[in-house]
Amino acid sequence: MTKTTVTRRGVLRTGAAAGAGLALPTIFTASSASAYMNEPTGATVTLGFNVPQSGPYADEGADELRAYQLAVEHLNGEGDGGMLNTFSSKALQGNGILDKKVQFVTGDTQTKSDAARASAKSMIEKDGAIMITGGSSSGVAVAVQGLCQEAGVIFMAGLTHSNDTTGKDKKANGFRHFFNAYMSGAALAPVLAAQYGKDRKAYHLTADYTWGWTQEESIKAATEALGWETVNTVKTPLAATDFSSYIAPVLNSGADVLILNHYGGNMVNSLTNAVQFGLRDKMVNGKRFEIVVPLYSRLMAKGAGENVKGILGSTNWHWSLQDEASKTFVKSFGTKYGFPPSQAAHTCYCQTLLYADAVQRAGSFNPCAVEEALTGGDSSLPGISSEANKGFLFDGLGNGQTLYRGADHQCFKDVLVVRGKENPTSEFDLLEVVQVTPAAQVWYEPDHPMFAGGSLGECNPGA
Amino acid sequence: MLGLGKKDTTLLIVVAVLTLCAPFILNPFPAGSAMAQFNAGYPDLMQRFVIFGIFAVGFNILFGLTGYLSFGHAAFLGVGSYSAVWIFKLFTYNVLPAIALSVVVAGLFSLLIGFVSLRRSGIYFSILTLAFAQMSFALAYSVLSNPKFNLTNGETGLQVYTDDPQWFHSDRLPDLPHLFGLSMRATHTMHMGDWSFSFNTGYYLCAVVMLLVFYLAIRIFRSPFGMMLRAVKSNQQRMNYTGLNTRPYTLAAFVISGMYAGLAGGLMAAMDPLAGAERMQWTASGEVVLMTILGGTGTLIGPVLGAGFIKYFENIFSKINDTVLHGWFGFLPDGLEDVMVFIVHPFIGKGWHLTLGLLFMLVVIFLPGGLVEGGQRLARWIRGRRAEDSRRKTEPAE
Repeated sequence: MTKTTVTRRGVLRTGAAAGAGLALPTIFTASSASAYMNEPTGATVTLGFNVPQSGPYADEGADELRAYQLAVEHLNGEGDGGMLNTFSSKALQGNGILDKKVQFVTGDTQTKSDAARASAKSMIEKDGAIMITGGSSSGVAVAVQGLCQEAGVIFMAGLTHSNDTTGKDKKANGFRHFFNAYMSGAALAPVLAAQYGKDRKAYHLTADYTWGWTQEESIKAATEALGWETVNTVKTPLAATDFSSYIAPVLNSGADVLILNHYGGNMVNSLTNAVQFGLRDKMVNGKRFEIVVPLYSRLMAKGAGENVKGILGSTNWHWSLQDEASKTFVKSFGTKYGFPPSQAAHTCYCQTLLYADAVQRAGSFNPCAVEEALTGGDSSLPGISSEANKGFLFDGLGNGQTLYRGADHQCFKDVLVVRGKENPTSEFDLLEVVQVTPAAQVWYEPDHPMFAGGSLGECNPGA
Repeated sequence: MLGLGKKDTTLLIVVAVLTLCAPFILNPFPAGSAMAQFNAGYPDLMQRFVIFGIFAVGFNILFGLTGYLSFGHAAFLGVGSYSAVWIFKLFTYNVLPAIALSVVVAGLFSLLIGFVSLRRSGIYFSILTLAFAQMSFALAYSVLSNPKFNLTNGETGLQVYTDDPQWFHSDRLPDLPHLFGLSMRATHTMHMGDWSFSFNTGYYLCAVVMLLVFYLAIRIFRSPFGMMLRAVKSNQQRMNYTGLNTRPYTLAAFVISGMYAGLAGGLMAAMDPLAGAERMQWTASGEVVLMTILGGTGTLIGPVLGAGFIKYFENIFSKINDTVLHGWFGFLPDGLEDVMVFIVHPFIGKGWHLTLGLLFMLVVIFLPGGLVEGGQRLARWIRGRRAEDSRRKTEPAE
């Protein structure tokens, strides 16, 4: 049993201490009423780079991270300035964004929506990131875009090709520079018809998530419009690494074209399996069996090696393009890392520059002001007569004239149809450009059935 | 107090103080300092600590008391999340009905799976639960998410859209999960000098729920029912020979722990209205086993510690990148700096699994009773020294 003695002096002392303790918060609590979420107040501004560092898209993620680091260097005035020199908007001076030095934090999306959201949340809540960018899967892009809308920060999508990202899942705080499944279908189908004829029977293997579904829907619609017949469509899990059991049924299906709606590691494995099964040496219906990969990248071509030779697909950008901007970008990326950038690296670099430029022109980091600067313009792509042809028109980022459309925050630009090179001259020279499809041919209205449902909603500044 | 013994009351009070003061305890370093990297006191991670604490406490009721090792508990967590998000989509953003439904649905689901799986014990039971969980994952991931019948939205994860009905939602309420108008995202940040502490509504909701279910777990551990479960663990055969049917007891334990998992899933959805299929994958089920073993199987506080430990590594170590490393070792000469970064690189960023694996091995080899055993040894060591001191003090008197 302890004995408690109460003295007058003791009571007074305790009372004074408690009073001081209670008063403390009010003394130190600064008036933290800011105009919007994570308003940068110091000499720096923090961007969040959320990329897959593990999982089927890890290669793309690593390349995205390299591009982000390069972009930050160029924004801060280090290095050779890269595409800041060729970009048509001259607002950026190479002294950071609005005179604030650019810093960044990184995270691993693991190509899982849950993990990606957790990572993005910690960037917003802990590190005070004002903008989240990156990702190499549409599932992740849709999930993180939703989070950014709720939290009140800007999301600049990385590599995401599903129609839904700027279709039924579009958000006012989200923006996409990359092209999409519909554009792939529209660009690729005429080339397919010209090369392989109009009476083909197609068999689809499709990655089972939002991108795969819309990719299959788009390419199916585009090829069927030209007379092709679809024999069967089979969904494969994203995490699958062996596709033998999916390839075997193709042999007896009577199909003479296999369309692989796969990306990254998935496509490398499924294509390798298909070639191992001897599909490419077969003759079906009196025609040579063909394989098509709607969405292509150099990293995938590298992974699949010999097997990609002669295989057609589409891509957002390729390092062998000969315009001034592409050459500049390839040069500064190559000088730093020793090899040319992939399309994922290119789109992520562009997104960072586009965001920085929009902030600079708006004069504020407020998401609503950024949205207005990025897509609210009145300029339009030449040669397309449409109500929706309105937004921010820019050039000099490697894709020629590009429109950031206001109606759904989607970029419109030329699409490349590429083919695996038969005689590569180097380990990077794996794809050759077959055709540059003009933006007018891949144009669609914002209310196109494949993009219907959902709305941008109001921009959310978060405070 | 509250029908608890003295020791349990102390434990409950300690846990209550720790959870309620977590915003202070987890943010020991001033914001902006180099050590701020290790601060864990931001809402998302604090919520995860307590939610996975609930999940692990529930798992421990089954594994710690009866010894039945379930490898499919993530399925109940996932089912809980999906039911909660459906409530958000169809009815209201208020979290109470969502959490209630997630507990009920997970309970029914675990009744079904438990009824089948508990016909076997040991490794066969583990494999059955694993099989059921993988089946649920496959269902959620692809079968129930085709464009025609979309119950789970597959890879993208189930989320709330602006055109969802939400019959009881009104414009006055926040467009996010809330408790009678109090948004789960609402955070008050307190600045004290260089330090800043975040007090988040969602976190405190989770913390209060965790204290309630932690209290419930203590009562179960100390009840005759808990004694019966321990008897099942020590020798089920003997129990059967004495003419006692143990299955109702094990099934009850299974359902209770399934409901705990459902509650955790519901809370997860309430904090962030999205439910992904990967929550049900076998890796997620394995994670809760790790949490329980790491913290201390069969102890009350162990699973909570284990959950905190793993989530801390997942969220803090995975975010250290080479740039941060170069900052730390910047004081070294250039060549040495690169060498240090090269050595540490595999253990941070995406290599956090490696660090966690090493620590897990160390704990299992040297502290088979988990972190709780570590704590007990430490306490014994300190007490031993004090006892020695007092003995030494008495010596001169002789």
